[in-house]
Amino acid sequence: MELYSLTIHEAQEKLRQGEISSVELTESVLERIDAVEAKVGAYISLQPELAVRMAEMADERRAVGEDRPLLGIPLGIKDTIITHGVPTTAASKILDGFVPPFDATAIDRLRQAGAVFVGKTNCDEFAMGSSTEYSAFHPTRNPRNLNCVPGGSSGGSAAAVGAGEALGSLGSDTGGSVRLPASFCGVVGLKPTYGRVSRYGLIAFGSSLDQIGPITKDVEDAAILLNAIAGHDARDSTSLNAPVPNYVDEIKQGDGLKGIKVGIPQEYFTEGMEPGVAQTVRAAIDHLADLGAEPVEVSLPNTGYGIPAYYIVATAEASANLSRYDGVRFGLRQDGGDMWNTFSQTREAGFGPEVKRRIMLGTYALSAGYYDAYYLQAQKVRTLLRQDFERAFEKVDVMVSPVAPMVAFEINAKVDDPLQMYLTDVLTVSLNLAGVCGISIPCGFSEGMPVGLQIIGPALGESAILRTAYQYEQTTDWHKQPAEL
Amino acid sequence: MAKLNREEVERIAELAKLTLSDAEKDMFQEQLSNILEYAEMLQQVDTTGIPPTTSALPLNNVMRPDELALSLPNDEALSNAPDAEDGSFKVRAVLD
Repeated sequence: MELYSLTIHEAQEKLRQGEISSVELTESVLERIDAVEAKVGAYISLQPELAVRMAEMADERRAVGEDRPLLGIPLGIKDTIITHGVPTTAASKILDGFVPPFDATAIDRLRQAGAVFVGKTNCDEFAMGSSTEYSAFHPTRNPRNLNCVPGGSSGGSAAAVGAGEALGSLGSDTGGSVRLPASFCGVVGLKPTYGRVSRYGLIAFGSSLDQIGPITKDVEDAAILLNAIAGHDARDSTSLNAPVPNYVDEIKQGDGLKGIKVGIPQEYFTEGMEPGVAQTVRAAIDHLADLGAEPVEVSLPNTGYGIPAYYIVATAEASANLSRYDGVRFGLRQDGGDMWNTFSQTREAGFGPEVKRRIMLGTYALSAGYYDAYYLQAQKVRTLLRQDFERAFEKVDVMVSPVAPMVAFEINAKVDDPLQMYLTDVLTVSLNLAGVCGISIPCGFSEGMPVGLQIIGPALGESAILRTAYQYEQTTDWHKQPAEL
Repeated sequence: MAKLNREEVERIAELAKLTLSDAEKDMFQEQLSNILEYAEMLQQVDTTGIPPTTSALPLNNVMRPDELALSLPNDEALSNAPDAEDGSFKVRAVLD
């Protein structure tokens, strides 16, 4: 078995036993990158020398008796997350060459935990997309089938983990951007409760929706990464001041799934769903019942309004957030003769088509005469969507559904039809609008491609969804079928 | 009949500070019209008496003590600036 194919907890065990060093582990990952990255394209930039230096430091710290949760573990970081001294572009030309003078809080916490950083992973520009085809640099390919997209927007983070090019990674999820690529690539992806993980240093897209989340090979690894990054941060006034349990301990609690009520939201099994996806997820629900869970039909009646509400709210917030790219303090500047033309021409040259489309849509939704009809109405519908979840969680502990109505689609299939691309997110966006948590875990295959099971929890219900996911995973082997490259 | 006309596309681009090409204006007029037509379904929802959600969190006016703390040194803050002079960001004249 090659070291790059280990999970984080397996590698940590071997590091603790002295069977392997972090340098050996990191070099195995770097060799794997050399072998497959030309096919997959998971990274925007790689820092192999820095990674080896970090691994050497981790080995030195271990030699003097230090032990930390991620000491010496090589990870990939989505390029929407700020890394001190390492170029960070959000897959946009407008940030080409930007070298941040500070770390995101999540990165700072991974450093404290001893992690090694291999490189910055590819994504849709400013995390706006569902396929990673909207990266300004190059598309990423699905390690399960190189003709297919890896999903998005954190497609590079999921493909890197699926291809063995990192032991784990961080992504960010505004409307499904961690869960969808995890589902398409057959790995685990967790979107925490809004406020569970600090957004300080996460390049902002939709500030009331954005969350950083882990992408890993199995559920225990997701719990390990969440342990490291979760918790209150004075630098993010929207971070929750709530205690962080030890999620690794939490997932192993309980007697199977006995007594757990698992809601099945009928609206999440939509008419247009690929039959293989529905069958695979139904079989997973039967398996949860075999483990002692009690399936309960529930209704989230406003689900059909999730996509329009999301694309109004998210683009409105994006249009405000992206006004900072003006060519003054950082990033590209395209001189236009005077100040206003310099702003406009910088933005015209620096943003790709999907980012412009969303800025235009959000600007329209916030503009005089349309604010009430679009933005305010979407915010009210958001309240109804939140109430749907609150009512459902009065009856059940967690809910389960597919992550997307389809498996990974072919490259170029949707890239010219923005509305079809948006509909990929139909089963994920409502969680962000409601602020609740969700995880995608592998639950089988349809047409040869992985299907993700979405397990949804209430606010701060990470323990419940991780525990359900862990019990499912311990009694199945979908997560032990790596991509063949 | 497209939902957005050409003048509206140009007005939004001006508000968004984007110098769109003619081809982009054509493309966005069609695509944004399609998306907005789809979003029309929000108008069917009865939201009488429903307050808007601006944040999913039950948080309001989070305050912190107003205390001096370390911040980025000037040279680091300027390290990514396209143009800087005398410790400041340099821009084109704001007033003629």
